[in-house]
Amino acid sequence: METFLEEVNRRIDGVPIQRCYHCRKCTAGCPLTSEMDYNINKIIKMIQLGMRDEVLNSSTIWLCVSCETCITRCPNQVDIARMMDVLRQMAIESGVTPKEKNILKFHEAFLSNIKIGGRINEPLMMVQYKLKSGDLFSDMAMGMSMLMRGKLAPFSPRTKDMKSVRRMFEKTK
Amino acid sequence: MKVSYYPGCSLHATGKEYDQSVKAVSKALDIELKEIDDWSCCGATAAHSTNFKLSIALPARNLIAAEKDAMDVMVPCAACFSRFKTAEHHLKKNQTLKAEIEEIVGGKYQGGIAIRNPIDIIYKDIGKDALEKKVVKQLKGLKPVAYYGCLLLRPPDVCEFDDYENPIQMDEILKALGAEVMPWSYKTDCCGGSLTLGNMSNVKGIGFKMVDKLMTMAREAGANCLVTACPVCMANLDERSSESVRLPVFYFTELMALAMGLPGPENWFKMHNIDSRPLLGSLGLF
Repeated sequence: METFLEEVNRRIDGVPIQRCYHCRKCTAGCPLTSEMDYNINKIIKMIQLGMRDEVLNSSTIWLCVSCETCITRCPNQVDIARMMDVLRQMAIESGVTPKEKNILKFHEAFLSNIKIGGRINEPLMMVQYKLKSGDLFSDMAMGMSMLMRGKLAPFSPRTKDMKSVRRMFEKTK
Repeated sequence: MKVSYYPGCSLHATGKEYDQSVKAVSKALDIELKEIDDWSCCGATAAHSTNFKLSIALPARNLIAAEKDAMDVMVPCAACFSRFKTAEHHLKKNQTLKAEIEEIVGGKYQGGIAIRNPIDIIYKDIGKDALEKKVVKQLKGLKPVAYYGCLLLRPPDVCEFDDYENPIQMDEILKALGAEVMPWSYKTDCCGGSLTLGNMSNVKGIGFKMVDKLMTMAREAGANCLVTACPVCMANLDERSSESVRLPVFYFTELMALAMGLPGPENWFKMHNIDSRPLLGSLGLF
């Protein structure tokens, strides 16, 4: 049976993470290190140790902002940003409740908004997100202020060929 | 020159002034823009965080549509640019994936057109000298720091930008406008935009922390404003900083239009949360 480490490596489809010699340059450069429950370097070690549940339940995989500083500075070209994508996808597939629930809910609202119009309609997407997360009232002042400044475009044009957009979602389910 | 144009969703909404200023500047520099027919969203962070194949298919649909016009494609949004370049990278590297994505999208990907950011086009194809000749109002007294952020630069082998730790192209463009560009060490630090714009409530504190740090460091460098080329950075910098440290933020194309005497800046600056007009007024630039 494929181990956790082997599965992560297969899905990254690049340099195997055992190349990491734990210099922690990734962790030093990560802008979210101080907010994460396990720093990136620890996550790599935990994958090597087969700690699947702890890794997939961590806040780290959701707090990663995909700034790509880690892969840029890694002396061994371990694609840590891609690894974080892989871990998020594995967490979703395993049905784990994400430690940072609203982040996944935002991603879901974003994607379901694309399915509706092919392009993001920001006001509608924010409504979708608020309904999903139950967080109805935060940022209302900012939203109103943006509306007043003409920043929101509730009637921006949509993609016409929606069949081709829906096809991509159906075929990648 | 003529290029295909992918505005992306932000440039039709929260980044409207970026869209309008890119178009104004392009017209003045004889860069003709042809919008990609019936484009769709690139999928952004939401797609690549949750579904790898979807994250390649979404930009691939737009790349395939752009290839019909056989011109390089200008992608002003750094987040869209990154998704386009990432899709290109995977499609060129992995033939099995390419065949699969072509089946998902329902079209063939040739890979013959370059994906380019307006910074790169203006710096390399127009050039500093030609730009200087178009300037009618030197931006004297304006002391910007050029903020590049993440997605134009990283990962380097995907983005193929000039220098990913100390990029200079935007600095040089701003210097050509007569601005006194300040050196600083935070050109490529992340502002946290992809997280804080999305997750409004419980990580809001993180967003303020990250943006406040950038604003504080810009002040320490002696700057009186920040300049960006990314609508996600703009929204985050402009909306999520503490009042005590904030400085006005501009798109580089807005300042180009201002220096080139083009119409539009008066409408764009009104859209910003942090009012830049007192600063520009005090310098006699607006």
